[in-house]
Amino acid sequence: MNTNMAVCIAVIAKENYPLYIRSVPTQNELKFHYTVHTSLDVVEEKISAVGKALGDQRELYLGLLYPTEDYKMFRKLHNSFTDVMCNPFHNPGDTIQSKAFDGIVSGMMVQTA
Amino acid sequence: MADETLFEFLHMEIVSHVYKEQQSSKGTMDNKDRAVCVSVLEGMGFRVGQGLIERLTRDSPSFKDELDIMKFICKDFWTKVFRRQVDNLRTNHQGTYVLQDNKFNLLTQLSNGKQYLDQAPKYLAFSCGVVRGALSNLGLESVVTAEVSVMPSCKCFVKT
Repeated sequence: MNTNMAVCIAVIAKENYPLYIRSVPTQNELKFHYTVHTSLDVVEEKISAVGKALGDQRELYLGLLYPTEDYKMFRKLHNSFTDVMCNPFHNPGDTIQSKAFDGIVSGMMVQTA
Repeated sequence: MADETLFEFLHMEIVSHVYKEQQSSKGTMDNKDRAVCVSVLEGMGFRVGQGLIERLTRDSPSFKDELDIMKFICKDFWTKVFRRQVDNLRTNHQGTYVLQDNKFNLLTQLSNGKQYLDQAPKYLAFSCGVVRGALSNLGLESVVTAEVSVMPSCKCFVKT
């Protein structure tokens, strides 16, 4: 049983808008959306730092933003995202509507009653 | 291996189909029709390039700069897509790159010299789109064109 579960998962396009965002239904859903937004700044910081540092292996995964993330979770998500991109019926830039992707995300989110 | 020729045949048929479709309404082709065909093929290539690059770079670290990206395109990407590496890469370090492939995969079956030179552009449009799509999903917007003076050698121009 996976001990690390997500409460919110988002996929952001390079133009900074969400391609996919899903959170556990609670009253503070908006708080999650704000967190996603502010984490984009952290991502930008890390990316500009990478350019100067020496080549490192897992640079795709920019490291734990907060100490509760799971690298395995990221890999699963990224692989699923690659599959979505290769789907000829998906137009890059559209919101992600793949049931398979939904399934992977459900498997990672905190289950609600 | 047989599976490599599958795409070559498919590509030839795609090109033939696109041109036939455009011609069927009038019977003749003018320059505007030819431009439409080229952009249809390029557009198909673009979408393919976008998906391909996501899959091919899934496990690789992020690129340091534009030149790094172009080197990846010339080596790993070109090998996966066109089954060989680019023979020569030149740049003016100001956003223009020239990639030269002396035995371009999709032209080798057409001719070995000057024969069918005028037909070559039709068979390069899709590939230019693939390169442009790949660069786009790596964050580089560009214009990609190709030129052939002697088959099957071709030069690909990338302007970012």
